[in-house]
Amino acid sequence: MARLVFLGRLTDLAGCAELEVAPGPLETVLAGLDPALALALLDERVRIALNGDLIGDRGVVLAAGDELAFLPPVSGG
Amino acid sequence: MADDVRLLTAAFDPAEELRRFTAAHPSAGGVVSFLGQVRQDDAVEALELQHYGPLTLPGMERLAGIVHSRWALDGILILHRSGVMRPAEPIVLVAAASRHRRDSFAAADFAMDHLKAESWFWKREQTGGVWRWIEPRPQDYADLDRWI
Repeated sequence: MARLVFLGRLTDLAGCAELEVAPGPLETVLAGLDPALALALLDERVRIALNGDLIGDRGVVLAAGDELAFLPPVSGG
Repeated sequence: MADDVRLLTAAFDPAEELRRFTAAHPSAGGVVSFLGQVRQDDAVEALELQHYGPLTLPGMERLAGIVHSRWALDGILILHRSGVMRPAEPIVLVAAASRHRRDSFAAADFAMDHLKAESWFWKREQTGGVWRWIEPRPQDYADLDRWI
């Protein structure tokens, strides 16, 4: 399995901080989620990090054990 | 280098941290510090900062490195809380120690502007028992332009 991590307001929208999903293309993973959540995750202001590294390409394919974090705009310390 | 960068999940004592930092840099002629605390407000009951382990502390460490390379410093201290805090509790402590005061003033100011606008923290406030996420303020980004 792969893991999705939701930060900030995305935690509330997802109803959880983490979600186990079947590995595969991100597009396929998102298609299996609640549409409102999938839409929020596709917002271009939401950055993504694969296994702790920021990536710009959303065409990522998740492998077993991968962690993909969704990072909405930060709100300052 | 002598940088001290920490992400804290429990309350800290700014006076004690500053005492230790200052003691560690006896050759510095000046130490400038900034303390950010949870605003005492009639409505806000609590503040929560959320962080993401793989990014937040590494980002703070990278910032310390940039600050250190930009000004002549003896050391820099960056402490930031994560978790739930009550009004008047410390959130962030930044201090810079240098031979001469101007480097410390500028370094602490720069570090705070970049912490506020770029560090990986998400903030929510509790009002009337209800939590609400805080969106970024345009001012936080405008503050960064001062350094370009």
